[in-house]
Amino acid sequence: MSLSRKIAVAGVYEHPTRFAPDKSMYQIMAESVRGALDDCGLSIKDVDGLLTAGMGMGPMGIVGFCDYLNLTPNYLDGTNIGGSSFVAHTAHAAAAIHAGLCNVAVVVYGSTAASSRFAIGTGGGHGGGDPCDQYEFPFGPTTVGAYAMIAQRHMHDYGTTPEQLAEIAVTMRLHASMNPVAKYRDPITVEDVLASRVISSPLHLLDCCIISDGGGALVITSAERARDLKKKPAYLLGAGETVRHAARGQRDFLEIAAAQSGRLAFERAGVTHKDIDMAMIYDSFTITVLSTLENLGFCKRGEGGPFVSGGRLRFDGALPINTDGGGLSSNHPGMRGMFLVIEAVKQLRGECGPRQVKNCKIALVHGTGGALGTRHSGATLILTNQ
Amino acid sequence: MPQQKEQRAYRKPLPHIDEENRPWWEATQRHELYIQKCRDCGDLRFHPRALCTSCLSSRTEWVRCKGGGKIYTFTVTYQNQAAGFRESLPYVMAWVELDEGVKMLTNIVDCPPEQVKIGMPVEAVFDDVTPEVTLVKFRPAR
Repeated sequence: MSLSRKIAVAGVYEHPTRFAPDKSMYQIMAESVRGALDDCGLSIKDVDGLLTAGMGMGPMGIVGFCDYLNLTPNYLDGTNIGGSSFVAHTAHAAAAIHAGLCNVAVVVYGSTAASSRFAIGTGGGHGGGDPCDQYEFPFGPTTVGAYAMIAQRHMHDYGTTPEQLAEIAVTMRLHASMNPVAKYRDPITVEDVLASRVISSPLHLLDCCIISDGGGALVITSAERARDLKKKPAYLLGAGETVRHAARGQRDFLEIAAAQSGRLAFERAGVTHKDIDMAMIYDSFTITVLSTLENLGFCKRGEGGPFVSGGRLRFDGALPINTDGGGLSSNHPGMRGMFLVIEAVKQLRGECGPRQVKNCKIALVHGTGGALGTRHSGATLILTNQ
Repeated sequence: MPQQKEQRAYRKPLPHIDEENRPWWEATQRHELYIQKCRDCGDLRFHPRALCTSCLSSRTEWVRCKGGGKIYTFTVTYQNQAAGFRESLPYVMAWVELDEGVKMLTNIVDCPPEQVKIGMPVEAVFDDVTPEVTLVKFRPAR
């Protein structure tokens, strides 16, 4: 990719809140922008590109946010492809900067999903306006149900077990125990996951991400400019994005967007799987992690169960993932892709304290938006500190 | 008796029927299930739409399905806060692969949830949920 190593994530900020009934979504977004600019030493006057998406914003929400912060950027991208949006925004911002459309882009997200009591995973059935919705919503699909159908098929085809999925949740909780701002920090066991109630078979409560408030922001600029700023830059090596859906009724549901976006990101980055020191994988549900790792090519299709077992995904394992505790334990304010990028950058900087991955030089980020079992987007980034 | 009236009202979401999809929904009211086939390239598609997604041809043949299929995957839903569904927990949602070769999202009915299995042969049943809308669900083949 012609922009490899030419663009960098220069500043990041994860809003520490997990429950903010006293704040508006826009306030969380604005505080996150301030945090990310402070992180790299730039000012709001330097920002000439803005990228955002949200669940609580209107169709022109990005314009409303510019009004809120009195911004008049030269580049706007309000792409909303679900929780992966901010992962895709990072690549879009890089392309815009590389093309000369802006110089300093901010990607921002904020949400009061928890304090607004928004049932993200189990509030299904509201209906929707797209043609495909008319053949799905009458039957009661929930977000968790759509993912559960992927888990059910994977178990049927490959003998994947509930215990293997549970280990993913246990590992995320271990990581959360080392993250002071994570929402749930008390250790859990495989038995705890299996004993939690079934929400949508075969997924238990503890196979599901939590619901929190939260927000975050990224500052993206040219590698040249980033080198003069406060923090060590995280350079973009490669990126990819795409979607999967019912494919006119002919889809193989175990093949997900990550297969395509991951292949593109690896090709464009010019690295291979063994070069990846840690990965941030959207963990809306335990099955999301297993399916994504398979489709990204870290293991063969069907081998995800054994692959995620035996501590491989721990911060001190062979492929550390979601060292912040992920959506399963740290935070999930509706659209989590933002935090995948933030933690990957912090790992590349060596800022992660007890959960720091040793000698972390190359990180992969994969965001999923929507539902694997109906339709979803996938966006992959590969970042490096070299 | 307003309370009784509320219980009888159908509270789950209903499809938006427009000029493009009306023939399909009218067929379900006659208890007939159709998929579409492109008259130019032969590609099958569901849900119905005006153009072939493989060659963009508008020349469409409606193919009547026999109603048989197999469960491709499913989930038993124990939690859904949405009106209509929260009163009918647990329910089974599934992708059924029709014998004609396309998958459709549906509910499995007339079967205890714990007996539902992937690969199970099923047959279409037509649920007249309102005077205007009939939903295609599936039950174990008899």
